[in-house]
Amino acid sequence: MASQLHFLDIKGKTLLSRDYKGDVATDAIDQFPLLLLQSENEEDESQFKPYLSHQGVHYVYIQHNNLYLCALTKKNENIMAMIVFLSKLIEVLTQYFKSLEEESIRDNFVIIYELLDEMMDFGIPQTTDTKILKEYITQDYYKLIRKARKADPNADSNTFVQPPPAVTNAVSWRKDGIVYKKNEAFLDVVELINMLINANGQVLNSEILGEVKMKSHLSGMPDLRLGLNDKGIFTGSGGGLGDASATEDGKSIEMEDIKFHQCVRLSKFENDRIITFIPPDGDFTLMSYRLSLAQFLMKPLILVTCKTKIHKHSRIEILCSVKAQIKKKSTANNVEIVIPLPEDADTPKFTPEYGSVKYVPEKSCLIWKLKTFAGGKQYHMRGEMGLPAVEDDTDRTLGNKFGNGLVSKKPIKVNFSIPYFTTSGIQVRYLRINEPKLQYQSYPWVRYITQSGDDYTVRMK
Amino acid sequence: MMSKRKLEQKIKDFIRGPLKGETYELKAGLVSQYEWERKDSIQRVIQAMTVGKDVSSLFPDVLKNIATYDIEQKKLVYLYLMNYAKTNPELCILAVNTFVQDATDPNPLIRALAIRTMGCIRVEKMVDYMEIPLRRTLKDDNPYVRKTAAICVAKLFDLNPVMCVELGFLDDLKALVKDSNPMVAANAVTALFEIRDMNRDPNLEVFVVTTEVAKILLFCLNECTEWGRITILTALTDYKAKGPEEANHIIERVIPQLQHVNPSIVLSSIKAIIHHLDSIRSTNSKNLILKKLAAPLVSLVSASIPEAQYVGLKNIRIILEKYPQILSKELRVFFIKYSDPLYLKLEKLDIMVRLANEANCALLLGELKEYAMEFEPSLIVRAIKCIGSVAVKLPVTTIKAINLLTELIEQRGGDLIINESVAALTKILRRYPGKNDLITVIIPVISNQMEDLSTNESISGYVWLLGEYPKYFSQLHDKLSLLVESFLDYDPTIQLNILNSTVKINLVISDKNLYQGLLQQVLEKATKECENADVRDKAFIYWRLLSSSSSEESKKKILLTKLPPMSSAVPSFSPAILEILLKELATLSSVYHKPAYTFIDPSTYAPLSTERNQNNSNDKNIEDLANLAKQEIINNAKNENLLDFDDDEDQESTRGDSGGLLDELNDLFITPNAPQAGTVPPNTTNNNDILSLFGAPSGAATTSTTTTTTTSKSNLNNDLLDIF
Repeated sequence: MASQLHFLDIKGKTLLSRDYKGDVATDAIDQFPLLLLQSENEEDESQFKPYLSHQGVHYVYIQHNNLYLCALTKKNENIMAMIVFLSKLIEVLTQYFKSLEEESIRDNFVIIYELLDEMMDFGIPQTTDTKILKEYITQDYYKLIRKARKADPNADSNTFVQPPPAVTNAVSWRKDGIVYKKNEAFLDVVELINMLINANGQVLNSEILGEVKMKSHLSGMPDLRLGLNDKGIFTGSGGGLGDASATEDGKSIEMEDIKFHQCVRLSKFENDRIITFIPPDGDFTLMSYRLSLAQFLMKPLILVTCKTKIHKHSRIEILCSVKAQIKKKSTANNVEIVIPLPEDADTPKFTPEYGSVKYVPEKSCLIWKLKTFAGGKQYHMRGEMGLPAVEDDTDRTLGNKFGNGLVSKKPIKVNFSIPYFTTSGIQVRYLRINEPKLQYQSYPWVRYITQSGDDYTVRMK
Repeated sequence: MMSKRKLEQKIKDFIRGPLKGETYELKAGLVSQYEWERKDSIQRVIQAMTVGKDVSSLFPDVLKNIATYDIEQKKLVYLYLMNYAKTNPELCILAVNTFVQDATDPNPLIRALAIRTMGCIRVEKMVDYMEIPLRRTLKDDNPYVRKTAAICVAKLFDLNPVMCVELGFLDDLKALVKDSNPMVAANAVTALFEIRDMNRDPNLEVFVVTTEVAKILLFCLNECTEWGRITILTALTDYKAKGPEEANHIIERVIPQLQHVNPSIVLSSIKAIIHHLDSIRSTNSKNLILKKLAAPLVSLVSASIPEAQYVGLKNIRIILEKYPQILSKELRVFFIKYSDPLYLKLEKLDIMVRLANEANCALLLGELKEYAMEFEPSLIVRAIKCIGSVAVKLPVTTIKAINLLTELIEQRGGDLIINESVAALTKILRRYPGKNDLITVIIPVISNQMEDLSTNESISGYVWLLGEYPKYFSQLHDKLSLLVESFLDYDPTIQLNILNSTVKINLVISDKNLYQGLLQQVLEKATKECENADVRDKAFIYWRLLSSSSSEESKKKILLTKLPPMSSAVPSFSPAILEILLKELATLSSVYHKPAYTFIDPSTYAPLSTERNQNNSNDKNIEDLANLAKQEIINNAKNENLLDFDDDEDQESTRGDSGGLLDELNDLFITPNAPQAGTVPPNTTNNNDILSLFGAPSGAATTSTTTTTTTSKSNLNNDLLDIF
């Protein structure tokens, strides 16, 4: 898939490389920073793309923190797989070193080489599951070997580090012989809400990104079966997911692109609509789903209306109100409303009815924080800031007939979380845990929470 | 003399000194009697290698540390060997013993490590020693070793294909496809594909996915790791189903994979399903399957890193062209997020326009307006273009789109917006010609902004309108004389338009004397002072035509013929290219939107595969080539901005009636089709004539098989219209 892999710093200097195939010249990567610069300096910024090509070599790259990860190939390879592999590589290395940056690459080059060896061979991706890799690639395993050798030079091979059978097993994500004293499974149903709201409080676009996360502390090789409430979610008998359930009562949920962890038996789900799996040990995301039915999220959960009035060359007035349009019993926690301001504003004055307001000049915004916010309540905030008398009037080509434009374009962002509540109404009915050999008692726990996604935004007038 | 030599020595020492120091130190460490010191030195050697220092001189000393029980140290030494084997090919042989020995180690990890590394030491001599360990590891009990050995066969083939085949490793590998362990099977398939790509021997049949193999692969599909699944899905795409039942079966088995969390599996599954969809006859079941693709396609855009989303969007663009209805309800998913990188925003816009239909157009236009108010210039430009394209696509939106564009000009202004909006407005008029209500709204807006126009596209649009609807402009004479005066300062595109409009106005306006002077001026400037050959030629044509003895009537007929309304402002692929791209979904060609053979170095691809293709479908290839040639011509034409073609069309479409003039014109358009002009519909004739204007290659294109010309003519026509 890839002939070479490179880690580069932000200037395009190579930090670590691995050549898998030898069909691309070793100095081909030297072109990368030049090409990158070229594409960035291109007059038309729309030409920027996450891949480059030069003299028959194709550079596919992604950026992470201050690093570039770049894969080189000469063939017409599967670019989607390349990009996904690179992002998996980042994921694995991040799990190994906590954070992946220049420093951690320099400090851990030995183990990175080992991982690269194990994750890809001759340019073909092999194992990218951190949990399994950690079974046999660890920083301190050589001590184990030496001990074993010294204790008994003729010891049988079981005492060495071995490739865990899981690498090549059908169940490649769980090792044998896990034991817990207390067998527990924790389920977290987390729903992230992304919403695009216009200045009048109308919802233009909304989606729920749901995840069922699991933490499994279970012994042996348990077989689990998850039952969700049958609100018409999985009833599209044989009809696939796109067109699942269209009952007239308006309560039906059109669940789009459900994605499962690799442990879930996909064909079982496709045929019988049953979610069965042998879970990996520890934390993982069992399934994720997306809902984007407009009827379903007609009104914003947290409604923000904000009016700014700019008095040219003197000051800007802000009048903001926020309302929690959720059930009276529920409470939203840690509500944050991030309101963008002109970059050159100064001398902030705020009077919130409730909560606290902070001005963050480096991000040119103000943040209004409300620790707890009961359903149905509404609060107001008034603010005023000074504007410089002289105005920067450089960008005439973009037109600025409405004064300082920047303030009016950046949307307001809202963060919140609402516990014990899912917007979609999805519920876990049961989680059956069955370990045929050990037959232990086990305890499933379930929690629900709704949170704001990365794109819960309100446009300003 | 003495001092000079001393100085030289000093300099030499200075240069050699520190270098020697470091290598010397490492060298000493590598042969130290203490194990920890040796290991530490190896690590430092690798570190030096990582930062790009040449430590190849330490080769023999590193090699001494190869026999060790410490896996970590072994791995490092192996890594060093892989990197520097080429610099010391002879010394590599010293390591062979250890490799062979390690390949029989009780620990499978070591066995796999040895065979993996051996394949990576790209030295000819190593090949001779690979046979025994490779044969043994291919039959190893441990699947981990077998899957590593499978790939090693591909490595061996890369080094020495003849030997690899002679020793029968290829057959061993084929046997591994049926291995009980899915991961081994998947790796064997991948290795076979690699070998097939590398193979240069046309007589060697490396790997064909047979019905039997396809069955095995389908069985493995659910048991494999995520990367193995991609291999299997690719192999299934390579397989031609025997009939609709089998295709259906394959699709059924692939569909569950659409739920996988890895987007590349999702995309590969979509590719496999689309590939087998052609074999299914019933449209009903076809549509059912297509319906299932909608959600997975959307998932490519919603929940992954931006780079992957970008690739997803590029692929969606291809799929949409084949199956335009597939995402008709999913417009909202493609709404731009404020946090999206620019390249994603532009790509999303491209998809949104394609999804426009009567049900969602109001929503779409509202969004487009928001984007036009953004602050990234290229996004604004694209958004305004999209507003124009939506209006061209859907008649119901015309009024709303025009209002939107005028609103943008009034509310926001700025050169960028004015120019783009004017260009879009002209486009709308081209689509709905002669509609009085539209003209009376658009023309005043454009003439108000006249002074701010600066791009070729917008000025050309304005000049064209001037010639097309002269009666709607006030102070027409002033406007035209302004253009004629600065005629030579303009780009050829605009010059051609000025020429055309002046001629047209002269014929339409009854008060001849007013414009006669301008016409004379423009013709003289174009023929005498202009450097562009197209402009000169065209001016000469007009001049001859106007001064010919034929009646006023026939001149008018020729020069004032209306253009055919443009049908679409959204670019599309030619059918041949689209078919190739659908076969190459998910690959690099899907993001370049070019078939692989246009950008992949031919030496990377085996001659075998191209030859086989040629044998299979000889006629089809010629057709493709012809289409490609045309595509190329069209692109060139676009680049040269040959906007003048509207006038050519004017002339041509009436040639049947204007016999006398035809002879005069005929020497300008030497085309094989000319004699039958009367019998062929006017549209098609024009294209041929236009083509012949572009020179020799187009001549070749027109003479190629009749079937191809007719199919591509319509595309050509559309494409040329797009220029406007």
